[in-house]
Amino acid sequence: MRLRTVAVNNLRRRKARAAFLIAGLLIGVATVVALISLTQSMTGQTKANLQSFGANILVAPRSKDVGLTYGGISVGGVSVGAQAIKESDVARIDTIADRKSLSVVAPELVGPVKVKGKRVLLLGVRPAAEFKLKRWWSVDTGRPPASDRELVAGAKAARTLGLTMGDYVRIGALRFTVTGILRPTGAQDDDLLIADLRAAQQVLHKPGQVSMVEVAALYADAPVGDIARQIAAVMPGTNVTTMQEAVKGRQHAVDQFRSFSYAIVGVVIAIEALVVFITMMGSVAERTHEIGVFRAIGFRRVHITRLILIEAVIASVLAGVLGYLTGMGTTYVVLPLVAHSAEVTWAPFLGPAALALAVVMGALASLYPALRAGKLDPTEALRAL
Amino acid sequence: MSATVTERDGGMAPGRHGPGTDSSRPSDGREAATAGTADTPSPGADERAERFIDVRGLEKTFSGDGAPVYALRGLDLAVAEGTFLGVMGQSGSGKSTFLAMLGGLSHPTAGGISVDGIDLYKLPGERLADFRREYLGFVFQSFNLVPYLTALENVTLPLAVKKMPGAEKRRRALDVLEHVGLVDRAGHLPGKLSGGEQERVAIARALVNEPPLILADEPTGALDSETTVEIMDVFAGLHREGITIVMVTHNPEIQRYFDRTIVLRDGRLDCELPACDVDTPL
Repeated sequence: MRLRTVAVNNLRRRKARAAFLIAGLLIGVATVVALISLTQSMTGQTKANLQSFGANILVAPRSKDVGLTYGGISVGGVSVGAQAIKESDVARIDTIADRKSLSVVAPELVGPVKVKGKRVLLLGVRPAAEFKLKRWWSVDTGRPPASDRELVAGAKAARTLGLTMGDYVRIGALRFTVTGILRPTGAQDDDLLIADLRAAQQVLHKPGQVSMVEVAALYADAPVGDIARQIAAVMPGTNVTTMQEAVKGRQHAVDQFRSFSYAIVGVVIAIEALVVFITMMGSVAERTHEIGVFRAIGFRRVHITRLILIEAVIASVLAGVLGYLTGMGTTYVVLPLVAHSAEVTWAPFLGPAALALAVVMGALASLYPALRAGKLDPTEALRAL
Repeated sequence: MSATVTERDGGMAPGRHGPGTDSSRPSDGREAATAGTADTPSPGADERAERFIDVRGLEKTFSGDGAPVYALRGLDLAVAEGTFLGVMGQSGSGKSTFLAMLGGLSHPTAGGISVDGIDLYKLPGERLADFRREYLGFVFQSFNLVPYLTALENVTLPLAVKKMPGAEKRRRALDVLEHVGLVDRAGHLPGKLSGGEQERVAIARALVNEPPLILADEPTGALDSETTVEIMDVFAGLHREGITIVMVTHNPEIQRYFDRTIVLRDGRLDCELPACDVDTPL
C-alpha cells in the first residue's frame, strides 16, 4: 500500500464527494473545450469559405426585401418584389476591363412559389454556370437540371414537399421533373427548388428579369475589388458585394466571439478553481479526525499534504478526460446551431491542454487545503486523545 | 544535539530496539539514542530499561479565552520496559492529556518525556512523526479506523509512507491480522465489522510496525464485557511478548491485567495501586 492507494480508495468509496469534485472540474473543462473548439471550428469555416468563394462577387438591386445567405454567410438582401435586374443588362458585365479575369457569370431569379400547397423559394439559374460556381453543391442522387422542365430540390425542400428523384412537380402552369436532390449544405440553399432560369421567369411572371447575378473570378487572387467597381460602373442601381468582404465581416464576428469566449473561459476557470477549493476545504474539514489518525500513526505533514494533492490530481485527470469528451460532444451539438455549414475541427493540442488545465487547476486549487490539512494539530484533529 | 531517531530495518532504530544507522553514533543503538539528550547523562542499560518511559515534571496548561486550565501539574513517573501500565482517574484528571503527550502529539508546557532514552520534545521537526510511526502503536477508544479502507488496508496504513516492497507490507499486515485472529475478515470495510473486530483491527494496525510501546486510550470503552475480556486477552498476549503497554481506562475490572496501576487526580499522580482503592467509581 502507498499513499496513492489511500487516495484512490477514498475517491472510489466516497463516491458522492468524488463525483461532486470531478463534476465541478468536468463542467469547467467541458465549457472551456467547447468554447475553444467552437471558435476553432468557426474560424476554420470562414477560412474555408474564403477559399471556396472568396473570389465571388454578388450583384443585386439596391433593395433589402429578403435577407440572403450565401454558403451560410449573410450578404444583405435581394429583391423578390418589383425591383429586378434586366437579364439583358447582365451582358454588360462582359464588357468590363478585367473581363478576362472572370470565370463565371451566373444570373439568378428567386421568388416564392406554391408547391403542393406549401410556399417555397424557387431559384432560376443557368445550371451549367451555377453548378460550376457553387462547387459545394452536390447532387446526392440524380443530376443537375438539363432542360427547362427539370429541377433539383434542396435537401430540406425535398423533405418538406416529400420529393424524390423522378417525381413530377407542378409549379404554376408548368410541370417539372425532379432530376436530383442537393446534398444538405446547412445553408439557405437547402430550402430552394432550383430550376432553369427561363422556366423560373415564366413561373414567377418575370420574363427577362433576374434578382441577382453571381460572378466568379477566375482565380482566388484576382483583383475582386477592382472587378466589383467596374461591374458597379456598368450596372447602375445595383449593389455589388465581394464575398471577400462578406466573409471578412463574418471573420470579424468570429474574432469577436473568440475574444468573448476567452473572457468566458477566464471566468469559468476562476469559478472552477473556487469550486475545487471549496470542495477540498470541505473534504479536509470533514476528514479532520481521519487526518488526526494519520498523524498519530506517524504520517508527516508532507505525507498528509501529498495525500490530499494526489486525490486532487487523480480527480483532475478523470475530469480532464471526461471534460474534453463532453466539451467536444457539446461542440457537435451546438456548432450546427451557431454556424450552419461549419464542421467540427479536432485541434490536436486541445486534448492535452484540457488535461493539463484540469490537473493544474485541480492541484493549485487544492494546494491551500492540502497545506492546511498538513498543518492540522493532531491532538485537535483527534479529540479522542 | 538532539536524540537520534533513525529508521530500523527500513524503519527507525531508537534506543535498544535496533541498530542505529548514523555512523557517527556508537554502534549500540541505546547509547546513540541517549547521546542526544545533552543535559541528561547517559544511563546504563539496566537503568534505561527501568526508566523506559521517563516522565519528568510534566506540566500542561491550556490557555484559551477564559482562565487557564491546568491539565497536568508536574507529573513524575518512571516505567520499566515490558510493563503493562494502567492509568486511571476521573474525567478531567489529565489521563488523556498524559497519553497524548506520551504519544508525542501534544507539547508540554514544562518538563519532558523520554522513551527509551529519546527525549521526545527535543526531537527536531517532523522527527516526532517518525518516532510515532516507528516506536508507537496507538489504540483508540473509538477504534478510529479509516472507513473507506478495508481491515487489511487499515492495518497496512502505517506502512504506506515507508519504503518497503508492497508484498512485504501485505505480508506484515496479514501476519498481525492473524495474530489478532482476524485474517479471515481482511477484506471487509470497518462498517461491516463488529465492535470487537474493529478493535482487533485497531490493535493490528498498532502492531504492524512492531513498536516497542503501545498506547491505548479506553480500548474497551465501547465493548461489552465478553468482548472486553477477548480484547484484554490480546493485550495480555502482547504484554507477554515483552511489549510495553500504557492503557488509560475507567474500568476497574481490567485492572487485574496491569503490572502497575497509577491514578491521576487534578493533573497529578494521586497514588499507585495497591496504595489506593480503584474500586471506587472513577
